[in-house]
Amino acid sequence: MATQPVSGVPGARIEISGVTKRFLTPSGEVFTAIKDVDFEVEPGQFCAVVGPTGCGKSTTLSLVSGLDKPSEGEVRVAGQPVDGIAEGVSYMFQADALLPWKTVLGNVALGPSFRGVRRKDAETAARDWLRRVGLAGFEDRHPHQLSGGMRKRVGMAAALINEPRILLMDEPFGALDVQTKAIMQNELIGLWEQLRPSVLFITHDLEEAIALADRVVVMTSGPGSVKAVFDIDLPRPRGAIQDIRFQPEFLELHRQIWESLREEVERTYARTAGVAA
Amino acid sequence: MTQNVGTYAIPATEEKSSANPGRRIARARRAKVLAAQLLLAVLIIGSWQLLTTWKVLDPFFYGQPSGIVKQLKDYFTQGDQATEFGSYWSQIFTTLREAVFGFVGGTVGGIVVGVGLGVSPFTAKVIGPYIKIFNAIPRIVLGSIFLVAFGLGQTPKILLSSVLVFFVVFFNAFQGVREVDRNVLNNARVLGASKLRIVKDVTLPSALTWIIASLHTAFGFAIIGAIVGEMLGAQSGLGLVITTAQNQFNPDGVFASMFVIAAITLVVEFLLTRLERRLLSWRPPSPTEAAAI
Repeated sequence: MATQPVSGVPGARIEISGVTKRFLTPSGEVFTAIKDVDFEVEPGQFCAVVGPTGCGKSTTLSLVSGLDKPSEGEVRVAGQPVDGIAEGVSYMFQADALLPWKTVLGNVALGPSFRGVRRKDAETAARDWLRRVGLAGFEDRHPHQLSGGMRKRVGMAAALINEPRILLMDEPFGALDVQTKAIMQNELIGLWEQLRPSVLFITHDLEEAIALADRVVVMTSGPGSVKAVFDIDLPRPRGAIQDIRFQPEFLELHRQIWESLREEVERTYARTAGVAA
Repeated sequence: MTQNVGTYAIPATEEKSSANPGRRIARARRAKVLAAQLLLAVLIIGSWQLLTTWKVLDPFFYGQPSGIVKQLKDYFTQGDQATEFGSYWSQIFTTLREAVFGFVGGTVGGIVVGVGLGVSPFTAKVIGPYIKIFNAIPRIVLGSIFLVAFGLGQTPKILLSSVLVFFVVFFNAFQGVREVDRNVLNNARVLGASKLRIVKDVTLPSALTWIIASLHTAFGFAIIGAIVGEMLGAQSGLGLVITTAQNQFNPDGVFASMFVIAAITLVVEFLLTRLERRLLSWRPPSPTEAAAI
């Protein structure tokens, strides 16, 4: 844990203003995934987005990353409108996005290598990052030889090696068991505190959202829009994620946000279960 | 590297010792399978031999194992006199060359077109139906056209061979490209990969599993293309030897060449499996592979 805070590039402000995204289904129908979404992530802020299944959380992320374009409205990163793949953005998915035919080292070195860094320098940087996520000695393994938690660490190193201004995380720990999840959350916060990128973190897990984030955005379901924004003023550093959830402030925030979220979850459930809403 | 050593609980010296009961059982099991396989071969070839000797089956139509062995011996020992068209080795060489050229040509074409269409959905939609139409043509018939156009030489056989191979590889490459994990693709894009780097680092390696799986079938098709081409009209090659034996009412000759072709295909199959192991060494060992034939 001798890592010094990396100066790096400070996190960038994310502004999502009046964004609507419509998709054309193959049968020619228009499907509105999100409608008039409006919220901001301050530079270096950790922002969690919660909402029922299918409320367009992932769509919102892909708009910020530049993988997709909004139908209406505008997404700005550091004041610049997003047009195409934004520079300084990293993405972490729920499923592994590792290349199974590359070694752990090769996977982490991808980011710099794609940006034209020489192979040797990319590998040196990758070794350093693997050490920081506690995977020194596993450089030559292939992803399938690692456990789920270890693969997540590789994914984290691969996402952070470019020292992004913005880190987009789409339920990154959704598939992990409870214990591994807690460990990974602590490590994520540790790395975030060193690098301080702006984080947009999607999750189903409200506890996770409150414990990690400075700001929690609650989204409504189909089409998704922002229902409420809560600022989490729990002091930092917050210590172990497992302990914070018993603090009275935490419980009060949880109660408030759940109140807001429950309605949406129930409505979505009623709709998908085929019961009249 | 030092970490790796620690993960193996059993030192290498102990591992080799034959006292390990697991190993003994595994070896016994393998020996049993091998014995049963040999027995089956003896049974089939033996009954073939006996039935034709007793004239239950007419050796005029069914050939005879002893005759086939004799024929093979003649083929391989009579030098330039083995066939009317020169030595048997040169016939093998002709067919093999046609098949290999056809295989390589068809494979390269299939990969290029398959990956090309795979990464460009619009072109794929436009060209898709035409490829289906072309695929529906009984392509063996193309052999006749190639023969008329290019004469009795090796060119028409190579062409027929590569057309047969092309479609097998093409469909697999195309499918392989479309099966590329969307997350992996998006991740590479966000990390800043150019289009070319995505094809090289993501699309191609990902499709390689599919492409290599198709190569086993593809070589079989390459041989079929070469042989059928030679049967339609040629100056040398195993297909010609087979047609000649057929015209001379010599079933032993047909069977003998058939076995030679099978042997060639098995050797190539073995080499392809080796190549597959090397190229796909990153894959987790699949549980079915251990039990595979």
